[in-house]
Amino acid sequence: MKDFPYTESKDTRSGFGAGLQELGRTNPNVVALCADLIGSLKMDAFIKDNPERFFQVGIAEANMMGLAAGLTIGGKIPFTGTFANFSTGRVYDQIRQSIAYSGKNVKICASHAGLTLGEDGATHQILEDIGLMKMLPHMTVINPCDYNQTKAATIAIADYEGPVYLRFGRPVVPNFTPADQKFEVGKGIVLNEGADVSIFATGHLVWKAILAGKLLAEKGIDAEIINIHTIKPLDAQLILESARKTRCVVTAEEHQMNGGLGDSIAQLLAREEPLPLEMVAVNDSFGESGTPDQLMEKYGLNEQAIVAAVEKVMARRK
Amino acid sequence: MSQDTSFAASSETHTPAATKSVAELKQIAAQVRRDIVRMVHAVNSGHPGGSLGCTDLLVALYFKVMKHTPQPFDMDGIGQDLFFLSNGHISPVFYSVLARSGYFPVSELATFRKLNSRLQGHPATHEHLPGIRVASGSLGQGLSVAVGAAQAKKLNNDSSTVFVLMGDGELQEGQVWEAALYAPHHKVDNLIAFVDRNGQQIDGPTEKIGGLGDLRAKFEAFNWRVLETDGNQFETLLPTIEEAQSLLGQGQPIMVLMDTQMGFGVDFMMGSHKWHGVAPNNEQLEIALQQLAVEEAGDY
Repeated sequence: MKDFPYTESKDTRSGFGAGLQELGRTNPNVVALCADLIGSLKMDAFIKDNPERFFQVGIAEANMMGLAAGLTIGGKIPFTGTFANFSTGRVYDQIRQSIAYSGKNVKICASHAGLTLGEDGATHQILEDIGLMKMLPHMTVINPCDYNQTKAATIAIADYEGPVYLRFGRPVVPNFTPADQKFEVGKGIVLNEGADVSIFATGHLVWKAILAGKLLAEKGIDAEIINIHTIKPLDAQLILESARKTRCVVTAEEHQMNGGLGDSIAQLLAREEPLPLEMVAVNDSFGESGTPDQLMEKYGLNEQAIVAAVEKVMARRK
Repeated sequence: MSQDTSFAASSETHTPAATKSVAELKQIAAQVRRDIVRMVHAVNSGHPGGSLGCTDLLVALYFKVMKHTPQPFDMDGIGQDLFFLSNGHISPVFYSVLARSGYFPVSELATFRKLNSRLQGHPATHEHLPGIRVASGSLGQGLSVAVGAAQAKKLNNDSSTVFVLMGDGELQEGQVWEAALYAPHHKVDNLIAFVDRNGQQIDGPTEKIGGLGDLRAKFEAFNWRVLETDGNQFETLLPTIEEAQSLLGQGQPIMVLMDTQMGFGVDFMMGSHKWHGVAPNNEQLEIALQQLAVEEAGDY
């Protein structure tokens, strides 16, 4: 099992803020909108540098999505910022009609996704957003794993034509992605090559998969760990290559089982290469208040849960 | 199937203000109304009532008021006036006016609501129909989009104007009021919005279904400049639009409350919500076309 050294832990939302700040310097067409959550989304630096290219919308997310669609007419590249819940479920029809069906080049940037939002509880902990967004034709769905990758993804999507949903979160997590790693939309990243099981993880669960890989190595299990930061379009080739080698698959994500990464990979395997699969994800439940670590443990989204899923799926392997 | 009429325009930027008289606009409007009833009759579906009521506004905008370039169609529309239709169900009038002002062949109106058509039941960009800049149909979204487009114009130092039309029933959607709060706060003063105040919605009169009350007072309280006009008489509509244009650039968005009659021009359709989304039968079509006489019919 490879080592993944890191010198600091940071929140992915700060990676978004840093990426947006850099876009402010490099791309004059980038504009930003926020629905009264500038501090939470770490948009301060962009706003300070480019006050004329920032639109404070207030607590009016539906209007924000329409404004963003309109701003593309005239060549702007709008980045909207609010919590994941208010970026998706609250404004689904606005995104569907004015952005996705209309093919508008809007980047929907969503923080505080998933259980790791913590104490605010289930009203704010959306666990359905990947599913909502991936069902929309023309929508690209990205869930980077750490600060550096979120920063790189933020910068990359400005040059990626079409609507994008970029999902990130609140807690600090190890920042292990090399700062100079180029972000390629739709290209998974093999973190550790292995022969016994393929673990496909996204977002905060990528680090948990690395921790699980170490625990598995102690048990003599050689896990292949792949970061699927882009849920749509899915890197089918990479996933199938790995699955055909290891003959069993575990998926891991901070999202509902229904509609998430595991659901996408299950569909792919069922069509192309039926193999045993276990999903580490929230099983048809809302979240609740608690610390992020408590919640990830209670809802089975940590390294121990991944290890258990690996042992189960390897037992099913033929 | 068709021949394009004299109303089908050239590919040059429209600056027709000096070229179209009220009499000519009335002829164009009658032709557009013929298109509307024939389009919905042909597929036995669509929305004739609101389309007929808003015909005069769209004819005024596309044939007299707006600076626009039908061909080649450019989505960004830099330097052009832009129009957004928020109440997308009145697509028949939008399609007819776009075709007859030169965005696409008039003959294509015959494909309205048919399989593989660019003329979807509600306007869409997905099929790349020239003239459509955003999909609409799910109500309440167009004002936000228009405000965004107006702000893009400001960022681009583009001094042209954004126009948007909403239905009155549509004002029951909350998003409209989010946008109505936003636009004056951000001094979006390159925007002229119209409300088609025909007082009707699918289930009946707006005041019975979800009373809108005093819209002038409401929009003025939101810090809009508000004008009112008869939307079915060019003699009042055109001066009101000119007045609205004279108020641009003064720090406030402009709202034109436009009284119209649903079904205007066809007596048995006028003033009733029953013709919101119902197509005429063969006999009704003949009666309607007799009432919508033009000097030189150019039906597609």
